[in-house]
Amino acid sequence: MAILVFAEHDNETLSEQTAKAVDAAAKIGGDVHVLVAGKGAGSAAQAAGKLDGVAKVLHADADDYAHGLAEPVADLIVKLADGYDVLLAPATSAGKNVMPRVAALLDVMQISDVMEVVSADTFKRPIYAGNAIQTVKSNDAKKVITVRTSTFSAVGNGGSASVETIDGAGNPGVSTFVKEAIAESDRPELTSARVIISGGRALGSSEKFQEVILPVADKLGAAVGASRAAVDAGYAPNDWQVGQTGKVVAPELYIACGISGAIQHLAGMKDSKVIVAINKDEDAPIFQVADYGLVADLFEALPEFEKAL
Amino acid sequence: MKILVPVKRVVDYNVKIRVKPDGSGVELANVKMSMNPFDEIAVEEALRLKEAGKAEEVVVVSIGPAKAEETLRTALAMGADRAILIEAEGAVEPLAVAKLLKSVADEEKPELVILGKQAIDDDANQTGQMLGALLGWGQATFASKVELGDGKAEVTREIDGGLQTISVKLPAIVTTDLRLNEPRYASLPNIMKAKKKPLDKKSAADFGVDVSPRLEVLKTEEPEGRKAGVKVADVAELVDKLKNEAGVL
Repeated sequence: MAILVFAEHDNETLSEQTAKAVDAAAKIGGDVHVLVAGKGAGSAAQAAGKLDGVAKVLHADADDYAHGLAEPVADLIVKLADGYDVLLAPATSAGKNVMPRVAALLDVMQISDVMEVVSADTFKRPIYAGNAIQTVKSNDAKKVITVRTSTFSAVGNGGSASVETIDGAGNPGVSTFVKEAIAESDRPELTSARVIISGGRALGSSEKFQEVILPVADKLGAAVGASRAAVDAGYAPNDWQVGQTGKVVAPELYIACGISGAIQHLAGMKDSKVIVAINKDEDAPIFQVADYGLVADLFEALPEFEKAL
Repeated sequence: MKILVPVKRVVDYNVKIRVKPDGSGVELANVKMSMNPFDEIAVEEALRLKEAGKAEEVVVVSIGPAKAEETLRTALAMGADRAILIEAEGAVEPLAVAKLLKSVADEEKPELVILGKQAIDDDANQTGQMLGALLGWGQATFASKVELGDGKAEVTREIDGGLQTISVKLPAIVTTDLRLNEPRYASLPNIMKAKKKPLDKKSAADFGVDVSPRLEVLKTEEPEGRKAGVKVADVAELVDKLKNEAGVL
């Protein structure tokens, strides 16, 4: 069995999502190769070679791959597919964009968002926003899979796989990159942060959100999240949203402040190792999933918490 | 230009679903069904493009049980011009849906297909990309802004960490993200009018597409519950527990 993992990177750094996807690949079992498709992404390819359990890195370097456009990247994976039994990617926006295209070109039904590998052809995946878990068996000869990285652990960096430069597969030229606006921040990324502090509608305004949540985040070196209600009310930007319609996270510590705990939010954070809820309403559903609950006014509790850290 | 909008009938997003005790699936009997919310956004976007004079016709298509006609009537009431229902019983996987949609696109020759990025029942997030692959068209997934230009569409996409803008040659596939627009409600007069709009009924067999599932669902179960922990009295106790009991600080 040979598995090709599609690497997530920004042409400079290899994302931790890749190390987690390699963990999923190792659980399926077999020779694990990693594909780094990018422009000037040599350092990311080197980093992929260091991941434990990786036997080989394939590095395709071309302008066509600079921005992860789905059509050329999918064509490249399809070109390589003959040599592999499983094509696997983290279920990031890049992986979700490319892999179904690969699957259709290979006439394979993709298995999305795998959270557990039961065996080489059987997997668990969430449906209905994580309110039910399906165990599915794939009868396709080749498997195309995306994995929910929050349920896998990043493999270590003790490997020394060779990096092989490969040719590209051309570009059908149906899409072109225009621009990108990536939020600049010194804070860790939500999906890879060890600690996350999130705010809900109870914050009341964007100013209060900044004033109360950010100092604690700074002190903890935490990423900042928000509930859908807080985002919809304009208290926090879109890309902070944790939940079924936002990011799915699983940090070691998740602190929910003024978040009631709607199903759609819980779907995005209930796999966190330790959950803390701070809420004025002692009947808030968030307390049903919290390891530690504090019934308190967050405007008093959070500054006190920050001082005590 | 013609815009094709595929829509799916799913359990209403407000319904708390129940897993059948025998593990055979999710209870769908006597449950409120609605149009997939991401597809509503797709219908709305197509209608706005038509209202802006950028498109002449909006055709909606659904693959599903006979009752999916209700979902199509909703789209017609919102303002779509005509509808196509492809009847198929049971769950039809995204790959089979994409193959059927390809046949529809080959007949209808739309310049744009707009559809939801995922259905809120199977959460697969595949159909749009698969359709793009089968048609050989460009795709702009997870769209939060769509601007039509001459022979192309400029689409802003929601990606991890921010936004990406790409330009896709028409014909193309666009899949919608939540913030693209806020769908309208159908007015009562429009709901009445929708009953008379054309709705073409076909079956999956008419297209010669094999819709039998490739994935075998072995079991459907409730997610592992998380037990409620303890309530702490004050901030000092919280910090103490996080440091000494949980060891996460």
